[in-house]
Amino acid sequence: MASLQTQHAVLASKAPQSGSFFDEPGSNVRNSNIPSQKSERQQEQDSTTMSIDVQHISKTFGTFRALDDVSLKINDGELVALLGPSGSGKTTLLRIIAGLEAPDPNPGTSIRFYDEDVSRRAVGERQVGFVFQHYALFRHMTVFENVAFGLRVRHKSTRPSKEEIRDRVERLLSLVQLAQFSKRYPSQLSGGQRQRVALARALAVEPKVLLLDEPFGALDAQVRKGLRAWLRRLHEEIHITSVLVTHDQEEALEVADRVVVMNNSKIEQEGSPDEVFHSAKTQFVMEFLGQVNVFHGRVQRGKATLGDLTVDYPHYSGEHEQPATVYMRPHEFEIRRASNGKPSFPARITRTHSAGAVARVFLETEDAASVLVELPLDEFAQLALQEGETVHLYPKNARVFVPSESQ
Amino acid sequence: MDAPALPVTLESPESWQVAGPRLRTATEESTWVRWLLVGSTLLFLTLVLFVPLAAIFAEALRKGWEAYFASFDNANFWAAVRLTFLATGISVPANLIFGVAASWAIAKFDFRGKSLLITLIDLPFAVSPVVSGLIYVLLFGMTGWLGPWLATNDIQIIFAVPGIVLATIFVTFPFVARELIPLMQEQGSEEEQAAISLGANGWQTFFRVTLPNVKWALLYGVILSTARAMGEFGAVSVVSGHIRGKTNTLPLHIEVLYNEYNFVAAFAVASLLTLLALVTLVLKTTLEWRIQRDLEEASRSV
Repeated sequence: MASLQTQHAVLASKAPQSGSFFDEPGSNVRNSNIPSQKSERQQEQDSTTMSIDVQHISKTFGTFRALDDVSLKINDGELVALLGPSGSGKTTLLRIIAGLEAPDPNPGTSIRFYDEDVSRRAVGERQVGFVFQHYALFRHMTVFENVAFGLRVRHKSTRPSKEEIRDRVERLLSLVQLAQFSKRYPSQLSGGQRQRVALARALAVEPKVLLLDEPFGALDAQVRKGLRAWLRRLHEEIHITSVLVTHDQEEALEVADRVVVMNNSKIEQEGSPDEVFHSAKTQFVMEFLGQVNVFHGRVQRGKATLGDLTVDYPHYSGEHEQPATVYMRPHEFEIRRASNGKPSFPARITRTHSAGAVARVFLETEDAASVLVELPLDEFAQLALQEGETVHLYPKNARVFVPSESQ
Repeated sequence: MDAPALPVTLESPESWQVAGPRLRTATEESTWVRWLLVGSTLLFLTLVLFVPLAAIFAEALRKGWEAYFASFDNANFWAAVRLTFLATGISVPANLIFGVAASWAIAKFDFRGKSLLITLIDLPFAVSPVVSGLIYVLLFGMTGWLGPWLATNDIQIIFAVPGIVLATIFVTFPFVARELIPLMQEQGSEEEQAAISLGANGWQTFFRVTLPNVKWALLYGVILSTARAMGEFGAVSVVSGHIRGKTNTLPLHIEVLYNEYNFVAAFAVASLLTLLALVTLVLKTTLEWRIQRDLEEASRSV
């Protein structure tokens, strides 16, 4: 895919007074929303050691390139989410980290755990705990036997005694809140319970790294929400370096310390959930994380224009006019009935619905582009918007992307 | 909260019924079609299955129980029993190992020539047993490719026990693999991946994870393979040479007795093989039910 010249730009208007309702250039929304958490995490990252370090990983299946020169570092104790659509290479990367798949043998390719080269080690020698999407529990073994498996198969010299194994398994089962199910078989458990058994089984071998491949993908939405909050709490408790693969952006943003967005066999962007959500570096990340309204504008001489609106865009100062894509999140709008003189654009309300945490207003602009705006319920009630009426939309924030090859 | 009672009374169901013949529902065939299909099936089964089966026992017992049991008091009969068990005892374990190895390779790995291997496993189903017997004669017989070399080294394969064992192995080798491949493919290799990620080595993975998961299908394959090994006639007949007391298996022994017009003895021995078949059938049905359950479980967890 063509790389895109990307920049977070802040809307400014031709009229000088309009700057007041937009953020200062360079700042962004994130800072006002979530102040302290992020900087804490940042400090943690800086002071700790590198746990997983993979460099220049490529993987080809036949003619399909699943990974294209990907490098990634993961800090000790961090919970990282690999996020991307199916086919983006995220699961392949996880399996290569685990040793279930071998990367293409290119010079410069390396896989290191805690500064140790593990690229020649088999999965069983890497001390990883792997949790599969479909649990992969041993169907003919009880829950207890499943969790004990990793300890039982150890060589005599390193195998714990029977009593130790029993103690450890029981401790793990109570950690995953399944102590009373130890005699059941996997087929007698619900999906969520099975996945917790799988997690306990992976933790039983005391892995250095926990790898989870779409662990909640096969579960229904309700169970999934409960489990991911639980997983986050568990991580807070045991602080094991964890990598989670998911295609669910909500899951990644909620659970992870750091999100690595993947697309087309490459890493698009990595950063804290706030960074990737609020300052997307690429068009793909912008569209993949959260909902966006897409508009087509133009850039010229450091400005991007979209109808009456103008956005500073210092990255293109050329004389020649270029097409640009302008993104605005549904919650970054203000709706007014009457114009207050600031730059806005009119749109007609086609539908509203307020059964939810926010009210959603669907609108259509004069040039037939559809726009979604999300308003707090009280604001929505106050405005008493009617379907069919025409209102003024005031964007609070906008991001401009220009394809780099046209520069 | 209770819903308010509705002021509606339904007519009693009896009043819906129409007098006269029961009308067929949308998913049923008409009465005479049903009787025709069921009747012709029963007639066919009676003619080709039940009557011959009953005839075996009737013929065997025609001269009473004494004559029946007297048929087993014969050195050649016991030699045939021993040889049958020997051939079965070698060919079934051999095919067990081969079948497990082949289906493990086919279901859990990708390699070149995989479909060729599957075709080869099916070959004995496609080839007539007589032809497969002849292949061994062609290979190991006196005038065969390896015949002269075997003769100079004093190794007897054709018209001897090794030939019978080889022929039996050939005709029974698809059974175990054919049973295991679909189940193993359905189960996938995730459990094995989980096992090795937990530190298990190849043997531990195989014996603790792969094998227990297919045990019912394996047993089923073994039973089918045993039944076929004991009952095989064509291929064994070609390579055996019919040396009484030496190279006759039970089916061949029956043929000899029959050709000598010793009908009671022939049918008495045949009744033993029939009983064996009935036991196999019962075991097979029980196992099929268990395998079905394994398969359903495998497809449900995916």
